[in-house]
Amino acid sequence: MAGIVTNPRAGTDRAPVAKHLTEPPVVKWILLSIALLFIGLVVILPLATVIAQAFNKGWSTYINALRDPDAMAALRLTLLTALIAVPLNTAFGVAAAWAITKFRFRGKNLLITLIDLPFAVSPVISGLIFVLLFGAQGLLGPWLAEHDIKIIFATPGIILATMFVTFPFVARELIPLMETQGVQEEESAVSLGARGWRVFRRVTLPNIKWGLLYGMILCNARAMGEFGAVSVVSGHIRGETNTLPLHIEILYNEYQFTASFAVASLLMLLAIVTLIAKSIVESRMNRNQET
Amino acid sequence: MALFRKRDKILPGFRLTLGFTMLYLSLIVLIPLAALVVKSLELSPAEWWAVITAPRVLASYKISLLTSLIAALVNLVFGLLLAWVLVRYRFPGKKIIDGLIDLPFALPTAVAGISLTTIYSPKGWIGSLLPEGVKIAYTPIGITIALIFIGLPFVVRTVQPVLQDMEADTEEAAATLGAYRWRTFRKVIFPELLPPMLTGFALAFARGIGEYGSVVFISGNMPFKTEIAPLLIITKLEQFEYGQAAAVAIVLLAISFVLLLLINLLQRWTNRRLSKI
Repeated sequence: MAGIVTNPRAGTDRAPVAKHLTEPPVVKWILLSIALLFIGLVVILPLATVIAQAFNKGWSTYINALRDPDAMAALRLTLLTALIAVPLNTAFGVAAAWAITKFRFRGKNLLITLIDLPFAVSPVISGLIFVLLFGAQGLLGPWLAEHDIKIIFATPGIILATMFVTFPFVARELIPLMETQGVQEEESAVSLGARGWRVFRRVTLPNIKWGLLYGMILCNARAMGEFGAVSVVSGHIRGETNTLPLHIEILYNEYQFTASFAVASLLMLLAIVTLIAKSIVESRMNRNQET
Repeated sequence: MALFRKRDKILPGFRLTLGFTMLYLSLIVLIPLAALVVKSLELSPAEWWAVITAPRVLASYKISLLTSLIAALVNLVFGLLLAWVLVRYRFPGKKIIDGLIDLPFALPTAVAGISLTTIYSPKGWIGSLLPEGVKIAYTPIGITIALIFIGLPFVVRTVQPVLQDMEADTEEAAATLGAYRWRTFRKVIFPELLPPMLTGFALAFARGIGEYGSVVFISGNMPFKTEIAPLLIITKLEQFEYGQAAAVAIVLLAISFVLLLLINLLQRWTNRRLSKI
């Protein structure tokens, strides 16, 4: 679906291909050059641009852009959003994976499809649905106004929209993983007298910890970087309802390019850390599978 | 009729976890999505039809679909090439390149958006190299470039595992029987790779249709020319035309769901083929 395609065996090397089964060296060299040129143009050039633009007026301008009160407020809101959305979606992911993989019930496939649903929804629509529900002219708008509760153009809306777009990440990592592990270990623990929570903590958790961490890393990266959905519900109030990605947009539209790229470099760092953490966790998962 | 098998009663927590799952799913996903349908019902069928067939709306669908389609086609070709190079060849820095394939998933779309716009704008690194009169930023070409970036990982990551699992035997046999390399590729390897390629293509296409953050900076947002459908939804929302925004959104969502259905069928096809090997 329109989300992350995981490759559990990324990084594992195939045995070298026998000579008569590979292309002539010239063809090989050409294919490799085109592939590297493409990666350079599509992936590396944008990364280099962020760094070059962020530092083109020197180190002190860079630091000042980050220490700006509005940037700090945006950073705080981004961290708060991730701090709420990631644990809630993690708890959901674990509960959903437990129910789906340890028991049989009717409608299971439908449930799995519904969990994946947010990946198929455009970010803009993910924000739109909350405006239609809680906005001034939304379905619950009048009631909320009566009780003086603000959701849209306020922090709760931003958190809700973020929870929606990051909803499937943990669940879809855990469901296939726990499916392959079956129920035998848990059943023996229960027959030896262990109770529910203890079974999960002592038996299930050690088996799924890397998959769980993997899902949480991806969930966190998206929660901190989401732009479209948050943009629709935020109202763009500086210092109040701006997350880091929205702050980048405001600075860019005000032609403060250096400041905009300085803030962008923070999120780029987050992306690179995410990729490194992802590859470490992937190699751990491979090792666990082999033993 | 027994709803549960015997073994299911041994493990605890079924009601608790399924109950929490259903509650959370309803609150965060199902009820908000239902609001979309309810809100668009405020329009009469005639109004509904008028909204989604308005020239500006049709133009935005056309731009979204066309640019996503071209971007997905570019990714189909280069995705296959990248997967091939990453699985079959050894070269220095391979691990880093492999990791970088996922960057478009990890990099916030707004960062990609401003960066690509800067590169391709008339004063940018690539924009300034273009001959007089050729523009990339603020044209449909710019939108397509942003969507190529966003869709890059899909084909690579769907083709890579299939290519890794492919048995050398069949290739070996073809080579032994005297087939040339290109013929082996066309007749033996390519048919195996076709289903995952199509899956990756459809995933990239679906992602492109809904994409907003990376496109909105480079597109220029001119109605009828470079206005994508997601942006038009925001415009309708800012004019407080909630019902119209919902109607435009439902059509976009319906297109995504059709693609999703197609992807599921493709994946089933892939799995069947894999199990036959």
